[in-house]
Amino acid sequence: MSQTRSLKTKLAEVNYVADDNLATALQLAIDLNRPLLLEGEAGVGKTEIAKSLAAILETKLIRLQCYEGLDAASAIYEWNYQRQLLSIKISETQKQDTTKVEQHIFSEEFLLERPLLKAIRQEKSPVLLIDEIDRADTEFEAYLLEILSDFQITVPELGTIKATSIPHVILTSNGTRELSDALRRRCLYSYVDFPSQEQELEIILSRLPNIEALLADQISRFVQELRKEDLEKLPGMAETLDWAAALSNLNIKIIDQDFDILQKTLICLLKTERDLKSITPEVTSRLSGKAA
Amino acid sequence: MLPVKPTNKHPQIIPMQGFIEHLRLNNFSLGPRETELALSVITQTTGRQAEDQRRLKILLTSCRDEWKKFDDLFEAYWIKAGKEKAKHQTTSPNSKATPKLLKAWRDHLKEDNKGGSNEIPQIESLGQGNNDGEASGRLIASEKTSCAKIDFRQFVDPTEIAEAEALAYKLALAIRYRLSRRRRIEKRGRWLDFRRTIRANIKYGGEMIDLRKQSLPDRPVRIVAFLDVSGSMKHYSRFFLQFVKGLVCQWMDSDAFLFHTKLIRVTDAVRDNNPMRAMTKLSLMAEGFGGGTKLGECLGVFNDNYAKQVLNGRTIVMILSDGYEVGPAETLAQELQRIKKRAKRLVWLNPLLGWRTYAPVTAAMAAALPHIDHFAAANTLDALAAIEPELAKL
Repeated sequence: MSQTRSLKTKLAEVNYVADDNLATALQLAIDLNRPLLLEGEAGVGKTEIAKSLAAILETKLIRLQCYEGLDAASAIYEWNYQRQLLSIKISETQKQDTTKVEQHIFSEEFLLERPLLKAIRQEKSPVLLIDEIDRADTEFEAYLLEILSDFQITVPELGTIKATSIPHVILTSNGTRELSDALRRRCLYSYVDFPSQEQELEIILSRLPNIEALLADQISRFVQELRKEDLEKLPGMAETLDWAAALSNLNIKIIDQDFDILQKTLICLLKTERDLKSITPEVTSRLSGKAA
Repeated sequence: MLPVKPTNKHPQIIPMQGFIEHLRLNNFSLGPRETELALSVITQTTGRQAEDQRRLKILLTSCRDEWKKFDDLFEAYWIKAGKEKAKHQTTSPNSKATPKLLKAWRDHLKEDNKGGSNEIPQIESLGQGNNDGEASGRLIASEKTSCAKIDFRQFVDPTEIAEAEALAYKLALAIRYRLSRRRRIEKRGRWLDFRRTIRANIKYGGEMIDLRKQSLPDRPVRIVAFLDVSGSMKHYSRFFLQFVKGLVCQWMDSDAFLFHTKLIRVTDAVRDNNPMRAMTKLSLMAEGFGGGTKLGECLGVFNDNYAKQVLNGRTIVMILSDGYEVGPAETLAQELQRIKKRAKRLVWLNPLLGWRTYAPVTAAMAAALPHIDHFAAANTLDALAAIEPELAKL
């Protein structure tokens, strides 16, 4: 418990407000050396947690952004083909044996590190963030299995490269696709929900220290109410912070001070045309009435 | 980490094993490694139950459903000392009890259905020289062809029905088989394979003479099927259910929904490889079955809750319905439009279209037509087979 709490405090020091679940999950991931899979809606601060963890552990953050079609060559390693070609040319003039040439050009010298290989070859355990794993293809998950369970990478020409230090792995997923059981089983799991009103207020205050306390409180209540509306895309934490910054910069002291500005600044929170249309001035006034 | 061995030092081992077993009965996939880690987590206990519960939750769950269920299961086992355990347990996989289907459902699905079998249908292949695994995917004409052209309504004899259902199921498998093994026909790949090229050209002193190329196999599309199980579809829905089951069982990237006046997601139920359990789940979901159709409303529910996760640019949405809609046609048109924004193709299979005198004149059908990419009949097995090329293209 004390460990978890101190982790929570440390996270707060780098301006990340974590709830008990998340703090415990991080602590367990560190203790057990297991990857941590974080699932949740977009905008609940899943990516941010990796950055904060790297900050408190004072280590490097290595990030792999996943996308459809991501392959081993851009995620794990790649041979340096240009150098290989040059090397072949040079050895040609020296009349070397082809087997020797082949051995030479497929040696470590010609290997280009990509994020995953880089992550297991650091002196000090880095934080490895594998972001939006659900965007990568199912095939790519298979590559990850070896790395996540044994922390080693097999290069056919070189053999197996073992980790010099075990990275703290954080995987995030928005749930656009079901992940394989094999991958899930290798990870600790935590579901990150939208923050509660108290937490949201705390986050606004810690990220925007100059904001009026009353306004921050009203903003957090307004956004909580807004999330209950029928929206295509619910506003995440980043949107709340944008909006809070916008209102604060426009010298708004309380939320219903200038209704026109309030309605216009909703573009910070609502990101689709349908959502913008569905939150009419009437709805806004109802929500701000609840928040005030 | 502290390696935990089952010794007397761990008085928790028996209850912990019981707890893991309890979770397994509730479909958590946990191995001995998890038991070991759970013990080590408990050994380093802080004495605070909330914290221990949280740690076990993080360790033992692996998806959102489990995440939501865990707290109840934890309480049932540890706090109520198993008194309420039964409440959360589904039928144990080992138990011999055979739950009965709801009466309404029995008309639509056979009880002894072997849904989970991995039987691969016989596929007509292109004969010699097809090294790239290309198969046409069409079912070989068999002695059963006779029923391929008969409207599903005309099957009365239970054995005939069973045969037709089995064919519908196999047909779905065949379609899937073809798509997943499809390779790009161009023999020269689109990309250079540097690794192999370099290796092959060392002997030419680095002169790139012998080029090796790569091409990507087509990734199979994702299929989302909506099956109308309202009263008017009574004669067709059991065949379609078999068809959808076949698709979903073998096609990893797929989702299935049933709708009547409500929308029900049945993917997991249908995909369950224990046919008995699948039937039980389906029968639990059959509430309200056989009533009217509120497709517009149901699609609205889909758009609000599932669309974001389920649909993408490689998705084909398949609706199997006769288009007799109770709700307003505008809602239907509007919801179809929303689906079209996220999905690539919308295919509507209407069994009535196969009737000679049928024209899609109902208000709902007329409103839906502009949004449909492919509108086809689906009253015979032949008609079902004919939609395959539509599924293959994006």
